[in-house]
Amino acid sequence: MSRPILLTGGRVLDPSRGVDQVADVYLDGGKVASVGQGIAGADGALRLDVRGKVVAPGLIDLHTHLREPGQEELETVASGAMAAAAGGFSAVCAMPNTDPVTDNQAAVGFIVSQAQRAGKARVYPIGAISVGQKGQQLAEFGELVGAGAVAVSDDGKPVMSSHLMRTALEYAQVFGIPVADHCEDLTLAQGGAMHEGIVSTRLGLKGIPSAAEEIMVARDIILAELTGGHVHLCHMSTRGSVELIRRAKDRGVRVTAEACPHHFTLTHHACEAYDTNAKMNPPLREEADREAVRQALRDGTIDVIATDHAPHHYDAKEREFDDAPNGIIGLETALGLAITELVCGGLLTLPELIARMSTLPARIFNLPGGTLAPGAPADVVVLDPEAQWEVHPDAFFSKSRNTPFAGRRLTGRADLTIVRGQVVFDRQA
Amino acid sequence: MTRSAVLGKDLTGLEPLDADQLRLILDTAEPFKEVSERPIKKVPALRGKTIVNLFFEASTRTRISFEFAEKRLSADTVNVAASGSSVSKGETLVDTARNLEAMRIDMVVIRHGASGAAQFLGDRIRSNVVNAGDGKHEHPTQGLLDLLTLRDRFGKLAGLKVAICGDVLHSRVARSNIWGLTKLGAEVGVCGPPTLLPRDVRELGVTVLPRIEDAIAWADALNILRLQLERMQAGFIPSLREYNRVFGVSRERLARAPKDLLIMHPGPMNRGVEIDSDVADGEHSVILPQVTNGVAVRMAVLYLLAGGSPDWHHPGGDHA
Repeated sequence: MSRPILLTGGRVLDPSRGVDQVADVYLDGGKVASVGQGIAGADGALRLDVRGKVVAPGLIDLHTHLREPGQEELETVASGAMAAAAGGFSAVCAMPNTDPVTDNQAAVGFIVSQAQRAGKARVYPIGAISVGQKGQQLAEFGELVGAGAVAVSDDGKPVMSSHLMRTALEYAQVFGIPVADHCEDLTLAQGGAMHEGIVSTRLGLKGIPSAAEEIMVARDIILAELTGGHVHLCHMSTRGSVELIRRAKDRGVRVTAEACPHHFTLTHHACEAYDTNAKMNPPLREEADREAVRQALRDGTIDVIATDHAPHHYDAKEREFDDAPNGIIGLETALGLAITELVCGGLLTLPELIARMSTLPARIFNLPGGTLAPGAPADVVVLDPEAQWEVHPDAFFSKSRNTPFAGRRLTGRADLTIVRGQVVFDRQA
Repeated sequence: MTRSAVLGKDLTGLEPLDADQLRLILDTAEPFKEVSERPIKKVPALRGKTIVNLFFEASTRTRISFEFAEKRLSADTVNVAASGSSVSKGETLVDTARNLEAMRIDMVVIRHGASGAAQFLGDRIRSNVVNAGDGKHEHPTQGLLDLLTLRDRFGKLAGLKVAICGDVLHSRVARSNIWGLTKLGAEVGVCGPPTLLPRDVRELGVTVLPRIEDAIAWADALNILRLQLERMQAGFIPSLREYNRVFGVSRERLARAPKDLLIMHPGPMNRGVEIDSDVADGEHSVILPQVTNGVAVRMAVLYLLAGGSPDWHHPGGDHA
């Protein structure tokens, strides 16, 4: 077993138990051994002085695209897991839109074993809802879960059939897993390259109306109500979606939701000058939407922050806007953006942010971690919430560089990430 | 590369220009009109300059108009059409751009189906880039020739009411007209089926006229857009017949107008769809003068981008 680690003198934030105090954290045997004052630790323990830093349960990203198998030139499980660790994440959930699709137990097992070989952040596969993400035949949830899948989703290929969504929500209950949905009515969104509004009008680009998302949010809520299933709504981007979720939660519907840093940071104006690094789906929306997403993260209508980390080759983005692929990478900027925008912006306290990036993601997908309770996995992040830094994509561990945040000044970042009691990322190293 | 002191490096649209720049182009076009009326239609302004006309979309009028403008300015020109070039073999726009750059050309005139293509090219090569229509974004020289034609007829643009009628949603001509007209003080109305008007179009400073009768009653001039025939298949309108009945500009409708309206159309026309033949060919139509002005404004744009002096009023001279 690895060497015990003693983190001394940091501000310990553990939202799972309401802990916010200066204390030592002792990790031994891959688990949190104790949190308290003046912990001695074993003689051979690695002692790290983290005074002035924050010690928190490792961040957990419920929405990552790792591109392996199929597009290893963009990202691999190993490079993605390293990028995650550098961003303070001790675990990420990998979406199933790989090639071939992660719709069977062998595919899930492959990702699990690649993640073990990499030995960086944990990687939890998300299985497909339908065979081949084709939206027709239900995938074998039981076998997916048996091999290690923690949720199901057809992600970028939205479930257009309400019947399929209903059966998925019903059947998933056998295994206690959420059904994660990318809410997009394709008949409304088809061919759209950005948010439908004044900017798309000026740029002459086909717009995706907010209604394309909201219609499916409403449908999914209705089906969750009908079935009693747990629907998890991915990357919410509109004020209308926020309002629908708020009302559903008031009624007690089993709905959870995530928001991405780009949606609470940028608006459709980022697409001016046809910057393809601002092209993603759902698209960047209007200021009122951005504000609604921020308020929803503040009041808990949106439960968690997820990255939707989507690597693309620079050639693919170096194209006409209509032809460029959707998506940006996010693992190595998410924490900095969240602290800068939400904590420095006065919307969340640091403990609340840790809850939205660690404790609640663990709870929603029923994952280990998200807590520093004794006996919990020794998945820990040491972060410097005051660090000032500038985003340099060339320094990323991710294999891709597609980010609209290059050159942006951010506050806060991870200094040290520990997974299973082992240091997987150390900024000083 | 030349960076024109008055227009910058590229002309990607009319949105980035201010009123003075627009007036300057129109004023510069005035003496160039005369060149096309001479027996020998040539001035040496762009002698020694090489210009590539890069047309990724089919175009007859705009391509020929640019080519005449270039030849009458004595530039050396090459036409590249998307089919039969490396583009049809899958070459990306950025590679096409770099190859043109490597041949040390001075200017590129680009027509492309993707909005933003002209800016994309302009941001990546040192040559001047002129947008000859990019997707649904802008068609600035069309906008300029419409401005020039209106100014010819009315003497000024400030206070003029111009209704842009038809498929505004998919129209680059509409966007360039809206920018150019509003910057020069004209009032702009847009009229068409709500399915073919862009979202939040009022924020561009235009009035929405719900019915063609409203546009005719309101405007001094109608700029009637071409209705792409594929809009019917895409479900934007039920049929061409119904479009003509509800939104077509006919002599009967014009007869009820309080005054005579100037009739414009960027072409190519669908006679009997958005415009009836007797209107297109009628006494108030300036559709052919628009085409004539097209050569003059394109000469002005090319000349100014090449660094030509804006106060030059003798295009036969040797100031280039």
